[in-house]
Amino acid sequence: MASVELTRRELVAAFLGASVASACQRQQAPRAPVPGAIVDRAVDTGHKLRGGPLPRAETFEPVDVLIVGAGAAGLSAAWRLAGAGVKDVRVVELEAEAGGTSRSGRNGVSAFPWGAHYLPSPLEDRGPVMRLLREMDAVTGVDEEGHPSFAEELLIQEPDERLFYRGHWYEGLYLRAGASAQDLEELERFDARMNAFAAARDAKGRKAFSVPVALSSDDAEWTALDALSMARWLEAEGFRSPRLKWFVDYACRDDYGTTAEHVSAWAGIWYFAARQNGKGERSDGFLSWPEGNGRLVRQLVSSLGPRQVETNVLVHTVEPGEGGCRVQALDARTGAPRGFQARQVVLACPRFVAAHVVAPWREARPAWMDAFAYSPWVVANLTLSGPPVSRGFPLAWDNVLYESQSLGYVVATHQALRQDERGPTVLTWYLPMAGADVKAERNKALSATYGDWEALVMADLLPAHPGLGALTQRLEVQRWGHAMVRPQPGFLWGEARKAARESLGRHLHFAHTDLGGMALFEEANWFGVRAAELALAGLGRKDATWL
Amino acid sequence: MNKTLLFLTVLVIATCGLIYELIVGTLASYLLGDSITQFSTVIGGYLFAMGIGSYLSRFVERGVAQRFVEIELAVALVGGLCAPMLFLTFTLTSVFPVVLYGSVLVIGTLVGLEIPLLLRILQDQLKFKDLVSQVLTFDYLGALAASVAFPLLLVPKLGLVRTSLLFGLLNAGVGLWSTWLLAPVLANPVRLRIKAVVLCAGLLVCFALGDRLTTFYEDQLYADEVVHATSSPYQRIIVTRGKRGFSLFLNGNLQFASIDEYRYHESLVHPAMVRARSVEHVLILGGGDGLAAREVLRYPEVKSVTLVDLDPAITGLATGYKELAALNGHAMTHPKMRVINTDAMQFLSEGTGSFDVVVVDFPDPNNFALGKLYTTGFYKILKKRLSPGGVAVIQSTSPLFARRSFWCVETTLKAAGFWTQPYHALVPSFGEWGYVMVALEAPDRHRPLPEGLTFLDEDTLESLTHFAPDMAPLPAEVNRLNNQVLVHYYEEEWRRWN
Repeated sequence: MASVELTRRELVAAFLGASVASACQRQQAPRAPVPGAIVDRAVDTGHKLRGGPLPRAETFEPVDVLIVGAGAAGLSAAWRLAGAGVKDVRVVELEAEAGGTSRSGRNGVSAFPWGAHYLPSPLEDRGPVMRLLREMDAVTGVDEEGHPSFAEELLIQEPDERLFYRGHWYEGLYLRAGASAQDLEELERFDARMNAFAAARDAKGRKAFSVPVALSSDDAEWTALDALSMARWLEAEGFRSPRLKWFVDYACRDDYGTTAEHVSAWAGIWYFAARQNGKGERSDGFLSWPEGNGRLVRQLVSSLGPRQVETNVLVHTVEPGEGGCRVQALDARTGAPRGFQARQVVLACPRFVAAHVVAPWREARPAWMDAFAYSPWVVANLTLSGPPVSRGFPLAWDNVLYESQSLGYVVATHQALRQDERGPTVLTWYLPMAGADVKAERNKALSATYGDWEALVMADLLPAHPGLGALTQRLEVQRWGHAMVRPQPGFLWGEARKAARESLGRHLHFAHTDLGGMALFEEANWFGVRAAELALAGLGRKDATWL
Repeated sequence: MNKTLLFLTVLVIATCGLIYELIVGTLASYLLGDSITQFSTVIGGYLFAMGIGSYLSRFVERGVAQRFVEIELAVALVGGLCAPMLFLTFTLTSVFPVVLYGSVLVIGTLVGLEIPLLLRILQDQLKFKDLVSQVLTFDYLGALAASVAFPLLLVPKLGLVRTSLLFGLLNAGVGLWSTWLLAPVLANPVRLRIKAVVLCAGLLVCFALGDRLTTFYEDQLYADEVVHATSSPYQRIIVTRGKRGFSLFLNGNLQFASIDEYRYHESLVHPAMVRARSVEHVLILGGGDGLAAREVLRYPEVKSVTLVDLDPAITGLATGYKELAALNGHAMTHPKMRVINTDAMQFLSEGTGSFDVVVVDFPDPNNFALGKLYTTGFYKILKKRLSPGGVAVIQSTSPLFARRSFWCVETTLKAAGFWTQPYHALVPSFGEWGYVMVALEAPDRHRPLPEGLTFLDEDTLESLTHFAPDMAPLPAEVNRLNNQVLVHYYEEEWRRWN
């Protein structure tokens, strides 16, 4: 028996850190395991690509534009083409559902996200994201300075954030309780630095740190920050406060899936500086929906015809040719071959898939490939019969645990327009696998069983919520092998990312959030629209840019 | 020694330990308000005191078992009597916070001594790793039992006073049975046993009188005699009666006093009713006491009154409690009335159809859940349910005690696109009280005041819109779902008066 307990403790320590492991050691009241399952099929389908020879199609369906991948990038490309009136567009997706990492689910209690779950509201009235938000009636106006405002019910309601530390919940994400004068002085100095970065403009008037990254200044004054890690930058600037370091590290894990040690200083600063303009104006806050960014996916899909998006189609080979691309695919359920002859192709999948799919790259692996690294993530949805019991600051939208390597959870029903806060809810728990070796992290994530995940999630949350086990009716786990591209030092402003963006010939264009170097909806949308506009040009169509 | 029984001992004392903490925390937030601060300081103080106890345990050199039993009895006494004692202090003295934190320290210290001493008693019986594992397992199991039973079973069924006494009894019981369990290592078990029995008997008597004690405290707490007291899942409901009539309290906050409620309710209802183009369909949000409904039903043109209140215990009281039903003129059972117990925000956003007059009578915005009902988000939903020519009125706390809060409500209503008319009236039980009347555009006067009013006449009606300089408009931010500034204003302003 002793050895089993030890293993469980080691498991918790390995995934969530030593503090959680020792806390859960103290909390071993016996409880019945929560029923549930791992719901992804991360291992099966995609890996067929790397298996033996695949059957080849005999016939080829002609299409003007074929978009491979129905994530945020691919759907944004399709949305852009629909906006230009191009009708003969097909989007094919390997998974059973469109949405990519913005997919969502729904049960009797609420809709809930399986991945990306919010969009920071844009600071300025420009670009395709604003266009999309207008289509959704999410924009209520723009003031004289061009600062847009958004529908109140979509902005995260107060209380928005809280932090759990040693038995107690506190308001906000910076641990103020017990902070020393030194800690607070450093926080103030850090805020002032970030504010200055936010205000910084280059000679051309571009913001030093902008959304998307493509609109940021490429002046060496700031891009030089890309060479060192965020942790090194903090060190070099004399930031020593453990609380501040935690706060910055949390930000890196939240947006990039890895720690400040493995994120470039440019990216680390971007997180704090890109959503404000340095003149005291900040983004209006986060826009969110019960289903998370699944709402944005639904909006993009609504611009398309009923049969334009086809799921369960595994594209395995794209051969660029003279008049277009020949595309070989499989029906992911039956294994039957499919073929497409497309005038233009938008390959809206991540680089590591593109390297397998694009025929010439299978022969000669592109040199930039190794610069792209992806963090695995695990997301769990817990269906609760009532809100969790907690001590201290009341339940917020984002609930973070100071001593855990998880990111805590968000509450799907937080935005519900009701006063009565009792009743069932769904919590979405996030764990970025942040270690340096992404392959090892991936294996670790995939090797854990449902029982392990159940134990992990409960070990993480029980210290903060006594009695949670009895409230939790079901737990579902989604593992993402390659959830987020990592902006590692040197990556964002290096040659590899630039080279990977280039179209291959006149008929094959690329779109994905990894081309932006950050796994964000704004990047996916930007590169989707950009690729679609390249395809439009390839079709000989002229249309004013949306970028 | 029987180890199973000893672990059972751990389970019981752990449960008792957490229960005392929860009792004191709950009492503090019941009686002092501001539950976030109260709970965090009580829990923090208690944990700190447990640390003191653990530290002090090292100074117990000899007779560990003897001390353990004595400490059990001491915890039983102090913990068991903590709720009645705190109620008493609150009602009879002005040193409640001192006594509150004093008892937190004493109980915490004693509880902090228990487990270290028990571990030492058991240290020769078990291997260290098993000992720690088993004792802590039962310790946390007890904590779980307490935390689940407290809100679900104990408070609703027994109330705080009897819960406190019951767990004191359990603690004393542990002391008593320890005199047998630990007999081999006790110097004088019989003397301890006698003390324990006396203590048990004393607590048992108090427990039997518990109900009367609770009533006694509430009598002290509320200046008048408590004639009705219940708890719903939402709040503690108290009705008191004295020389000047009777009063309703929710969680200790006065809702109305029968002697001057007419001032509040006439001012709430009639300014809107006389200016609405039609008054056929009226909606009341909150106001489960039926007193606003009574005023609405004075107009014969009214065809339907829909009253939406979250708590069925309140609307039940207004319907079935004789004095209140008489005071509200049996409005709740009037054929034109429809009473719905649901969430007002959901009722507005999910329903259809419009109302000619909407009376918004929610409790003051003293937490985030109530604060939502004062946001532009809520008012925009409200606006959609107001018929053309319709008028709504919002009770908006005191423009004198919470001046910025009052003007924040007005600013928020303006931001939601309403025409607004702020006004106020003096209600002696409450003080100077504020309302904001709103409409889609400035309404004309459509009908006279009804007969039979006690407070309002034409001249008085006109005077209500004048604000003295100490209540005059203050700039305030718009209260939105994503900032909830009003909750912060409100807390800050009322703190100055309490």
